Amino acid sequence: MSARISATDVAKVARLARLDVTPAEIELMTLQLGGMLEHFADVDLLDLADVTPMTQPYPLTNVFRADEVRPCLDRDEVLAAAPAAEDGCFRVPPIGGEG
Amino acid sequence: MSRSTASDIAAAVRSGATTAAAVLEGHLAAIALREPEIHAFNLVLADAAREHAAAIDAQVAAGDDPGPLTGVTIALKDNMCTRGVDTTCSSKILEGWKPPYNATVVDTLRAAGAVIVGKTNLDEFAMGSSTENSAFGPTKNPHDTSRVPGGSSGGSAAAVAAGFSQVALGSDTGGSIRQPAAHCGVVGVKPTYGYVSRYGLVAFASSLDQIGPFTNSVHDAALLLNVIGGHDPLDSTSIPQQHPSLVDAIQQGVEGLRVGRITDLPEGADPDVQERLEAAFEALREQGATIVDVTVPAFTFGLTAYYLIAPAEASSNLARYDGVRYGMRVDAPDTNAMYGATRAAGFGEEVKRRIMLGTYALSAGYYDAYYGKALKVRRLIHDDFERAYQTADVLLTPTSPTVAFKFGEKSDNPFAMYLCDTYTIPSNLAGHPGMSVPFGTGAHGMPVGVQVLAGTLQEPVMFRVGAALERAVAK
Repeated sequence: MSARISATDVAKVARLARLDVTPAEIELMTLQLGGMLEHFADVDLLDLADVTPMTQPYPLTNVFRADEVRPCLDRDEVLAAAPAAEDGCFRVPPIGGEG
Repeated sequence: MSRSTASDIAAAVRSGATTAAAVLEGHLAAIALREPEIHAFNLVLADAAREHAAAIDAQVAAGDDPGPLTGVTIALKDNMCTRGVDTTCSSKILEGWKPPYNATVVDTLRAAGAVIVGKTNLDEFAMGSSTENSAFGPTKNPHDTSRVPGGSSGGSAAAVAAGFSQVALGSDTGGSIRQPAAHCGVVGVKPTYGYVSRYGLVAFASSLDQIGPFTNSVHDAALLLNVIGGHDPLDSTSIPQQHPSLVDAIQQGVEGLRVGRITDLPEGADPDVQERLEAAFEALREQGATIVDVTVPAFTFGLTAYYLIAPAEASSNLARYDGVRYGMRVDAPDTNAMYGATRAAGFGEEVKRRIMLGTYALSAGYYDAYYGKALKVRRLIHDDFERAYQTADVLLTPTSPTVAFKFGEKSDNPFAMYLCDTYTIPSNLAGHPGMSVPFGTGAHGMPVGVQVLAGTLQEPVMFRVGAALERAVAK
């Protein structure tokens, strides 16, 4: 069993990821994620103190488009792809248990 | 017909020597014959393709020029949005979804006269190296149906290898074009990050994903990239400049070019693959290139950095599949329960594993230890490559450590599957281009690909080397 991640961690991460998992899945993922994180031991040996993190491969700066009204996706076409819609909006079950 | 070049086909249709309809029927016949066995497609668009081919023929008859890809058939990986046409990413969670818009490449291809024949199978959300992670069943390798076609763009690679379409598009996040190209004996190119618009490509790992071609020849790949490359205002990461013609570039040989051998390349390539790589060095030397030794010390950390960065980005990108705006929903009494149940039912095992890993790497308390460090390793890899490209114009490696493996051989061991991408992943992290060129066969008579790597926007020199390898094989 890896020391890097516990079953409790895995259950917590599953909640953060909004992913229902069974006890059997938690057991398997604890093993597999732990195994994958073990490979990180190599990286832990590197001296990275003075290295700048690289977040994007090509240096571009953000640009803003002009704030003008433009054509956009058709609302009915977009809503037609949703599991549920009503009155021009996406319809979802109650939030936070409210009716 | 499938072995003609795309430019031959376009020229023949434009001149009236043949028709787009006749070209298409040839491919549809091949599909009728072998697709039931191969399963390259999630969806064959026979009716729409026939309609489009007829329209192209009418344009030609009226004296118009439909474009550089007139009548050329193309298959699209099923993670590229096609308006009103199912786009599944081979995931149950998107089954039945019809996007309300086209990916930029779809519009560009149609404007160039290409005929879209279908949407090809992939590992779910492009996560995998064999298409075994598709929710709709795997694709078979046309060279040996007991073996995988590679992945994640296995359907596109198989479609071109089987003659189902003249060319295809895939996406490459860690090798998903080059590895299946090598396994199926076709050319596959991952361009520089930002070379081709990603607008309408369903995101897996946004800082790594790039669209590229599968073709039977280096020339076809050059032609296709000439069409789909270039700036797109709808993709803020697309490089705002015009790219030089790659068709023109491959007219030049490799005389005087410096081809790098990475002396500290991670070991693990099978002897048959290694033998083809040595033959490739020799072939380039014979054509006038110089072989130079280089080191890329951080290459070996690519796999580890990738398997934190890609899942981290994926966990964020895939948060949008929550049963609200598109795809499937599992009903539940409140939204939180609905999210959890929908995502549990809609995602496959590998996708769940990566979402979990990515969420963990980004979570409070672990961010610096994992994700932050992985981004620093990414910088080391990039800088090591840049140093190597000061002494070499291109680098040559195997594309994949082995020939195509058997179904089930690696599907029980995630890490064994990840090792397939050892040689392809580092260039995605660096943002550099890479291509796989078929270079003979290895064990079991299966195709072997040699990978050509180059620096940012060095596609012209990479294609010259690719074309030289192709010439050597033709001899």
